[in-house]
Amino acid sequence: MSVTPIQITEEPKGGGTTGHLLRIDPLLLLAGVGLSGCSVLVLHALNLQPYTGEYKRQAIFAALGVLLSLVISRFDYSRLREFRYITYGLMILLNLAVFAFAAPSGAGVQAQRRIPLPGFTFQSSAFGMLLLILALSAFAVERSRRMSEHRTTARILLLALIPAMIVMRQSDLGDALIYVLIGVAVLFFLGTSWKHLTALAALAVVASVIVLTVAPAIGVNVLQSYQKQRLTTFISPPAHCIPAKDPSCYQLDEGLIALGSGQKTGTGPAKASQATGGFIPEADSDFIFAAMGEMYGFAGAAIVLALYALLIWRTLRIVTMAKNLYGTLIAGSILAMFMFQIFLTIGMNLGIMPVTGIPLPLMAYGGSSVLTTFIAIGLLQSIYVQARISSAGKARVLIV
Amino acid sequence: MLGPIDERTPPMTPQLALRVAMIGGLALLLFAIIFFRLWFLQVLSGTKYVAEAQNTQVQHVSVAAPRGTIVDSTGTTLVQSVRVPSIQIAPKSLPAPVVLDGRLKLPVALPARDGALFSRLAKLIGFSTKPHRCTYTVYWTRGPVKYVTQLPTVACRVAGSVAQAPFANVTVKTNVPTYIQDYIQERITKYPGVLTQDTYVRKYKLGDAGAQTFGTLNQISPKELKVYKNVKQGDIVGQSGLEAEYNQWLQGIDGTEGVKVNAQGQFQGYAKGTPVHIGDTLKLSLNSQLEKVGQQALADSVSARGGKGGAFVAMNPESGQIYAMGSNPTYNPALTSSSMSSKSLKFFNDPANNTPLLNRAIDGQGPDGSTFKVITATAALEGGVWGLDQIYDDNGEFCFTPNAPTSDCRRNAGGSAYGAVNMVTAIQDSVDTFFYNLGDILDTKPIATYAHTNGGALQKWASAYGIGRPTGVDVPGESVGSMASPGSFQALWKREMQCEHATGPYKGRAKVPAVVKNGYVLSGGCHIADTDVWTVGDNVNAAVGQGDVQVTPMQLAVVYSAIANGGNIVTPHLAQDIQSPTGQIIHTFNGGIRRHLKIDPTYLAAIQQGLRQAVTSGTSADTLGSFPKQVYGKTGTAQYFTLQGAETDSAWYACYVPASATSKPIVVAVWVQNGGYGDVAAAPVARMILGQWFFGKPGKFQVGANTTL
Repeated sequence: MSVTPIQITEEPKGGGTTGHLLRIDPLLLLAGVGLSGCSVLVLHALNLQPYTGEYKRQAIFAALGVLLSLVISRFDYSRLREFRYITYGLMILLNLAVFAFAAPSGAGVQAQRRIPLPGFTFQSSAFGMLLLILALSAFAVERSRRMSEHRTTARILLLALIPAMIVMRQSDLGDALIYVLIGVAVLFFLGTSWKHLTALAALAVVASVIVLTVAPAIGVNVLQSYQKQRLTTFISPPAHCIPAKDPSCYQLDEGLIALGSGQKTGTGPAKASQATGGFIPEADSDFIFAAMGEMYGFAGAAIVLALYALLIWRTLRIVTMAKNLYGTLIAGSILAMFMFQIFLTIGMNLGIMPVTGIPLPLMAYGGSSVLTTFIAIGLLQSIYVQARISSAGKARVLIV
Repeated sequence: MLGPIDERTPPMTPQLALRVAMIGGLALLLFAIIFFRLWFLQVLSGTKYVAEAQNTQVQHVSVAAPRGTIVDSTGTTLVQSVRVPSIQIAPKSLPAPVVLDGRLKLPVALPARDGALFSRLAKLIGFSTKPHRCTYTVYWTRGPVKYVTQLPTVACRVAGSVAQAPFANVTVKTNVPTYIQDYIQERITKYPGVLTQDTYVRKYKLGDAGAQTFGTLNQISPKELKVYKNVKQGDIVGQSGLEAEYNQWLQGIDGTEGVKVNAQGQFQGYAKGTPVHIGDTLKLSLNSQLEKVGQQALADSVSARGGKGGAFVAMNPESGQIYAMGSNPTYNPALTSSSMSSKSLKFFNDPANNTPLLNRAIDGQGPDGSTFKVITATAALEGGVWGLDQIYDDNGEFCFTPNAPTSDCRRNAGGSAYGAVNMVTAIQDSVDTFFYNLGDILDTKPIATYAHTNGGALQKWASAYGIGRPTGVDVPGESVGSMASPGSFQALWKREMQCEHATGPYKGRAKVPAVVKNGYVLSGGCHIADTDVWTVGDNVNAAVGQGDVQVTPMQLAVVYSAIANGGNIVTPHLAQDIQSPTGQIIHTFNGGIRRHLKIDPTYLAAIQQGLRQAVTSGTSADTLGSFPKQVYGKTGTAQYFTLQGAETDSAWYACYVPASATSKPIVVAVWVQNGGYGDVAAAPVARMILGQWFFGKPGKFQVGANTTL
């Protein structure tokens, strides 16, 4: 695939402004709106201390997000390639800006990760992911002819690792991992050779061994102890959790009890004692899947899973139909981001993945996360729309 | 390219197709794992988690069962548990939990964060917020340790309870007005850990009568946890008296209250608990009216005579069933049943109040003076050293050797001389010289049958009657008393030596030097014993219940029961039966007869005759001569020679009235410490008890004087 210049697309037959809107992927939109609906439903049931009023804010953010995605879908994403330096710089800047608003040192482990805006605190690392995707994909497209070179692989990865380190300094291990993952996803869909990818995997294994075992042994703690505890608790859960000593074990336990007690059809929102009684930690965000599972049981969880499957399927499809490499890489990175967030978070709720602070896309309460996800969906819609316009054009050319 | 335009996609490299397929496959796999895991969690093992969810929401709070009722012989309630609104604190639910930590200097850690809550609560229930002296005991495995600190009242109560039972709720105040309970309930978020439960307190129908016999209650100590059955930390159990003896029946079965809480431990509502079973009813042989009259008469006599205290026992000489028993000074038992205030603790511990918690009827002991003479008479008659018709010529004094200087001789009380006396008249007039003589003979002419290394017939018969042995009364904590004998002298002397040289139980204390000459302590020492040399004089003293004879009023009642019933030593007992709350008899108690003394009936008859004549024309004729029943009685006036000097005499009286067609038999023993003459201080109390027993009223008899009003 070659670099695609910015096109002024021809309108297909019978098209118009409304035609553009109609050409978005309706199933992708359905997945997004459906998941937001589920989120608002659960948050509505959780409308008590300390989650009071969250469902309203979540609904507002979801509505804003849908609008935003529709607007974005009307622009051609390919134009963004030109702004790769600006997007990358903005991403770094945003992540650094957080430190300007950081609480004084020693304010606790939950370091400042947000930029306060009027009426809304903005989590820069979430929005930064999209900027990174856009910038990194553009850089990759630039070097797509030399993708077999080591240097290409190394550069792209380095470009992902730099912001990942910054995010890690914000004590946000989950988002830092996503930044690295985006780099890997770009390489993967760019077509980097298996040799390079295998080497990268080996490097990752060595790095994690060093971080988890060797570094603490020589007195260097890369991860904070609670982070390490989160990563290891699910592998060997103790028979009885002592909440004060091991909060992540307690969280896992309570999440499982809540999910399990939902049984087939759930307790209903009114009788969800684990969620409403405050037993589930972070029932509005990290453990919202458990809260939902308690309220609506296996049936509800299956519906949510189906919506996520729909989201992933449509994204996967958009990866395959993008009109250019840039679109493929963007869609592929977004896919990786979605999958990582969904499987890690649901897995954590099910007690088969470590406890991380990654929000479940669209379900978890949080404006930054909801908006970021809808912007990602908007980008996907844009890729979809552009692909259909382009294929329609090609088809016409072929037919003619 | 042939399909509809909408479905066409641009050409894709095979490499990308493979990679997309891989990611798609991965997504499928992960969805499958999540789906089956979810199926397993929610559908296959859902019920298990439902149970766990219930567990985390419902806490079971123990609800103390009300203790059983204690009733008298007619079924009238004497002691019962009544529900009162109370304020409790759950030490683990406070803003900062109160914990017991042995590594601390003061092991009960009271976090400063709770201080504000305690002050708020104290102001609400009217407690002082100023720190005062606060002591609490922690029962470590290595033994109890007492800690002293300065705390306000509420904190002190919490500390005291946590020290003994770290998880138990602390009753801060009982009998609070319900509006205070309501006030707290409405502001429960401002009073975290404060409970407004009702608690049970003991209510005593007889007031302070029989207080020591009913006994005290308190939170169980770790030591008692091992002794009592079916108890747990924090339980309130009997500490003394009947409450302790019959605790297993009285305690009932605690229930639980299910309390729904959220993750913060905040109250959300009630859940199903287990029911509370009230304790069983203990029926006593006690006669409430007799108890009240006895207690009052004793108190009046003690105060009229300026005595230190006293006790009385009235029981059935045939069966040992106790009709009444009391001790003076007494106390209001309601003060001890709830958490004791520092004020009442002070009252109980003040020496000036003469230890009101001491049950003198069973735990108070002293020389019983002339009431002992029936034992000496039995020993002399049964030992064959004195005949029924044998005459003793009393010239007013008894000398160990003829022509001895007067200082070596002992005189009758009051210095009178009775002339020719036999056994019956000697008992009638309580002729001391006659019994001095018997004590002398019993020591210097040991009888082969009774000869043993530790004294002679007198010691043998004292022991047979139960002196120095437990009576087996069903009120715990009795003293066994003691009988003067060469053996008891040796034992006391050993302790004196240990005390003086700070060895044995006195190890670690300062030595107490003494000046000893010819085996006698002249000065100094510990005043436990002044010699280990047994002489005939000691036996002579013992023969009249003086010297080292120690008898409890209960033992004296048993001795006179044996004389009344033909030689049976009965087991005194209060409990008749245990009834379930529905009134079914679960268990019956029979004190029964412990042993039978083989005493020649003619000898017994003579002793009885002596006791009868003592009432009609002898020592207690002034007091009981006019009583219209066949009273057999003996006075006793014991001189208390402690090693520090002489005290005022102590008054004793023991009497019985045999069974008649219309009434049950009764034996009464009365002791007024430092009350003076037996006939004046003790016999009037007995007369009023008999008056109540036979005529339903104590009669107009002036206590503290042997005259009717």
